[in-house]
Amino acid sequence: MRILCCVKRVPAPGSKITVTDDEQSVDTAHLGFTTSPHEECALEEAVQIREQQGDDTVVAVLTAGPPEAEEQLRYAASVGATELVLIPVESGEWDPQQTATAITEAITQVEAQDGVFDLILFGNESADSGGFQVGVRVAHKLGRPMVNAVKGIEVSDDTITASREIDGGFEVYSLPRPAICGVKEGLNLPRYPTMRGRLASKKATVATVASTPAAGGQAKVRLHRPAEQASNTEILGNGPDAAPAIVDLLESIGVL
Amino acid sequence: MVVLAVLDHDRGSWSEANDETLTAGRELAGQLGVALDVVFVGAAAEALAGQAAAGGAATVHVATHDLLTDYGPDAAASSVVALVGSLGPAAVIATGTSRGNEVLAGVAARLDLPFVANCTVVDASADTWSVTRVRWGGSLLEDATLTAPTKLLSFSHHAVVAAPADTPGAGTVATFTPDLDPSVTATMVVDRSVQESGVTLSTAPVVVSGGRGVGSAEAFAPLEELAELLGGRVGCSRAVTNNGWRPHSDQVGQTGTRIAPEIYIATGISGAVQHWVGAMASKRILAINTDAEANMVTKADYAVIADLHEVVPAITAEIKRRKG
Repeated sequence: MRILCCVKRVPAPGSKITVTDDEQSVDTAHLGFTTSPHEECALEEAVQIREQQGDDTVVAVLTAGPPEAEEQLRYAASVGATELVLIPVESGEWDPQQTATAITEAITQVEAQDGVFDLILFGNESADSGGFQVGVRVAHKLGRPMVNAVKGIEVSDDTITASREIDGGFEVYSLPRPAICGVKEGLNLPRYPTMRGRLASKKATVATVASTPAAGGQAKVRLHRPAEQASNTEILGNGPDAAPAIVDLLESIGVL
Repeated sequence: MVVLAVLDHDRGSWSEANDETLTAGRELAGQLGVALDVVFVGAAAEALAGQAAAGGAATVHVATHDLLTDYGPDAAASSVVALVGSLGPAAVIATGTSRGNEVLAGVAARLDLPFVANCTVVDASADTWSVTRVRWGGSLLEDATLTAPTKLLSFSHHAVVAAPADTPGAGTVATFTPDLDPSVTATMVVDRSVQESGVTLSTAPVVVSGGRGVGSAEAFAPLEELAELLGGRVGCSRAVTNNGWRPHSDQVGQTGTRIAPEIYIATGISGAVQHWVGAMASKRILAINTDAEANMVTKADYAVIADLHEVVPAITAEIKRRKG
């Protein structure tokens, strides 16, 4: 079985997000980077499927990003991916149509060489730009069935059973292979890399697939923070003796 | 010309998000000086025409076809595309729920058009539209432009305050049968499972959350007791789920659940940006933390600067004492 995870390198913000002076991007001067959370689970799922299906299952990972995004590919290798593909984004950021075009081109190229991916996993949406559409567009271009917001996956010979959370339950889909899923965090609990994995990731080779996709019709103008509400935090106490004041509050709002 | 709003239903039951979609649709149609039409996919939704009319719908298009027995993103997108072809709307909109975004993305893919997800403001006064949309789950905003012969966009869920229409629309029902490839059934719902009924994290009137400060899975017991006393649910931060102390379904955050309780009691939670996204719709927030500078404390309406392991049981004891 061949599985591909499409991931994105995003900043890892702490308690605040600030914007650069030119208002074009998040100020990452004091931030680290990570793989977008939904996609960390995609990777873990692929590795778990290999553990179930057997070692001849290939776990590949692909990203469209700056040269530094190689870091995310090597992290994927440290948790078990064995084929790494970078689509370099020379500057700025691509819009969703551009991203989908480039990723489709790369997948088509890789598949022509090495065979069709039985399962391709995307994140439901990226933590930063949150376009909710790249995976859907790629699936359409490739002519494969795709469901988003997936929180449970089961693999059988011909189908991928995908579960999606709805209020108080799950919707179940049965997708014929080869299929695509957009997954959400909660799908599984990602593992930490092992020492051996980290060493292997340093030696892994990264294949590069260049692409110059045309811009689509959505164009970023500027980024800015939502208006902050001034908060006057009322301190109710400094210890367990604040309990009566808290219960007064709970009674006053009617939850008791 | 019309604005076409994609409305959702679950086997004939009205989706709450529709009220937001209609509100946003009326505003947009008003900007353009055109009517607001809506589309449902699946004959079961014909019974909802009255509600759509009350929300301002001029025409209620209903896609009917033997294959449209349940929801499926391809079936829905293909049906909407068929209608777009005959109706020629200026814009197609939805509320940015999982289904809303997925269907519009499918429409965009099929028509090779841009799709702007999760907008909060739309200015349609020129040929190129100016929008504000949500990034980082709401912690950041993006101003963007949309250039397209048909504008596809979704409105950020819960960003639009649903309001009743000043005047109802005619709500004329127009059924249509799209040309559907049988392959659309490959992505239709085949089964459902009901996990729990009653109060869920997203609907709980009270949420009592714990963060890294709780220290262990077992140490959540006092929070569970308090939540139960208040008819609420226990939530947690991403640090807690990453540690495996609680299941992901308890996580409050950008990649977890967004809550909107009457009061959110956040204990031992520092308040990372992604957690705040999940909590910010709470009507009131009480933070319990030893760190007075923690982001959660500074953003909260009320705070107790103390150890949650002492305070939480004290709250429970006080409630029990008053109940007698």
